[in-house]
Amino acid sequence: MADHSPPSSVTIAPPPIELERKPLVANQRSIGWISDTIANVIEDKTPRWWWIAIGVSFLAALWLPICLVYLISTGVGVWGLNHPVAWGFAIVNFVWWIGIGHAGTLISAILFLLRQKWRTSINRAAEAMTIFAVMCAGIFPAIHVGRVWFDWWLFPIPNANSIWPQFRSPLVWDVFAVSTYFTVSVMFWYMGLIPDLATMRDRFRKVAGKVAAPAARLRNKLGQFLYGLFSLGWTGSNRHWHNYEKAYLLLAGLATPLVLSVHSIISFDFAVSQLPGWHTTIFPPYFVAGAVFSGFAMVLTLMIPLRALYKGMDEIVTTRHLELMCKVTLTTGSIVGYAYGMEFFIAYYSGNPYELYAFKNRAFGDYYWSYWIMISCNVISPHLFWIKWCRTTPWFIWIVSIMVNIGMWMERFVIVVTSLHNDFMPGNWGYYSPTWVDVMTYIGTLGFFMTLFLLFCRFLPFVAISEVKGVTPLADPHHPLGGAKQ
Amino acid sequence: MDSLDDYQIPYGLMAEFDTPADVLNAAEKVRDAGYTRWDVHTPFAVHGMDDAMGLGNSPVGWFTFIGGMCGFFGGMLMIWYMNSYDFGIPVGGKPNFSPFSSFPVAYEMTILLGAFGSLGGMLFLNRLPRLHHPLLKNLRFADVTHDKFYVVIEADDPKYDEEETRELLEKAGSKHIELVNE
Repeated sequence: MADHSPPSSVTIAPPPIELERKPLVANQRSIGWISDTIANVIEDKTPRWWWIAIGVSFLAALWLPICLVYLISTGVGVWGLNHPVAWGFAIVNFVWWIGIGHAGTLISAILFLLRQKWRTSINRAAEAMTIFAVMCAGIFPAIHVGRVWFDWWLFPIPNANSIWPQFRSPLVWDVFAVSTYFTVSVMFWYMGLIPDLATMRDRFRKVAGKVAAPAARLRNKLGQFLYGLFSLGWTGSNRHWHNYEKAYLLLAGLATPLVLSVHSIISFDFAVSQLPGWHTTIFPPYFVAGAVFSGFAMVLTLMIPLRALYKGMDEIVTTRHLELMCKVTLTTGSIVGYAYGMEFFIAYYSGNPYELYAFKNRAFGDYYWSYWIMISCNVISPHLFWIKWCRTTPWFIWIVSIMVNIGMWMERFVIVVTSLHNDFMPGNWGYYSPTWVDVMTYIGTLGFFMTLFLLFCRFLPFVAISEVKGVTPLADPHHPLGGAKQ
Repeated sequence: MDSLDDYQIPYGLMAEFDTPADVLNAAEKVRDAGYTRWDVHTPFAVHGMDDAMGLGNSPVGWFTFIGGMCGFFGGMLMIWYMNSYDFGIPVGGKPNFSPFSSFPVAYEMTILLGAFGSLGGMLFLNRLPRLHHPLLKNLRFADVTHDKFYVVIEADDPKYDEEETRELLEKAGSKHIELVNE
């Protein structure tokens, strides 16, 4: 019999108690407890707060079709765009939403490659957030072209004059980057869901004989059928896990360069142009760091209420998880702060008067308010996370996460609008203010995002059941709790 | 009239285990006994199980590689065909096709088709979707996605013998062994 404990000649001293890390699932919960807790979110009665939240979200989401129909039937004149500010809310929202999505891929792919086991508690919700954020983002470039019925010219299909898209334009690169990002994120998310959908299928199957009421029986039949269909007949076979784990690793390996490239390519939309304030080489890494920064803030915004509202969830998403997320926020926030400083320095150091003017105008020009909101939210607020109390107190983290979300939206506003509004010549100077259509379209996407996210929490396991089980000591065949002989 | 049970074909023997260490030890025994058509079913991927079952490297990587290559060269070829061969669009004296301006799109295509290769390759190698499976009819087996671990030896295995196989699984430490029909 193969014995998996170390040979008796080798003695491994246990680490000192102060170096021991807090467990990823608190209170040494059993494997079964993990699936019960996560699946109960779906199986239990819909909580009252959920109805209220989805009601509010859905009402907000209704503004999206209203504004889109009004925009398309009337024309882009309903927006606040003018000469010289031809890129306004649409592009700001697009970049912001895509940025939100980036944390999901960072958590699911990059932290996976870096063997950060704590990611398992948050990766599913973060990936869902990515998908819904990219859906919101995708709306904006499509509508901001003005004549939306020509959107298909962006795809590699010849138009009526047999002309193909022009592949030297970063705007066409964007189409490929964003659509690839969406598709790969969906695949990654769905693949991770397969074992958990099988868990749901089996849970409905186990209680099938016990439900008597017709409504409950229908619900059970529907659950078995739908979760069964989408779990593709998963049996937890190790011959399957063998290929599955490899495919997961490869998808993580592909999603990592993908996530770095997507915001780089979006930054090319600006950086490849000749405009002071946009034409900078720092943009790709600066955009990626900003994206991860805002995305982590959004993950915190979403996960803190969820772990408080669902019973037992705070033992799966523990304070340690929140603390680690705060540390990532602090790191990326520091990179963003550094980029702001470096931009200014290079504007001065380049000796280019237009470049220097663009930056002075950002901080002290007509849009000074947006710049200073950005600085206080993005540069000052994350540095509160140096203090342990600040990064272990959920309500406080939540407030900071909202500040970061606001700050990152302002960053995109600063980049897009302040660079455009005062051009090379004073004859090209102007001021941009959004109209109610701009604002309500944005609120509409927020509602759309929250509606989708709430539906996701209600009907799909929002924590990766099999992955969380896999990182507990009970799942380790070489650990005494996993049954290994001492 | 014979009962339906008389026509049932055995699928295999299913042995239940409580901990990952137990099922890992059992898997090593089954492997050493020389069985070929058998499997271990677990709620999560158990570390070290691939070795315990004697599985080599997974070939999914080839699907990813071929997908990625198709994406990269397909992307380059597409841009060359569209912007240079079929309908050149001269802009600012720049070449109609350049590998540099084509790179971002070809790069995204590499990742897209590589990802399709990974997911598709995984499903193909696992013969999924397979919505009907003898084990999925067994109610006890429903715990496989919850907190139980199973070793299943198929009746098709050349070494399969109901008595001997059952004995092997009992020796491996299983407390519940059951015959599963097709």
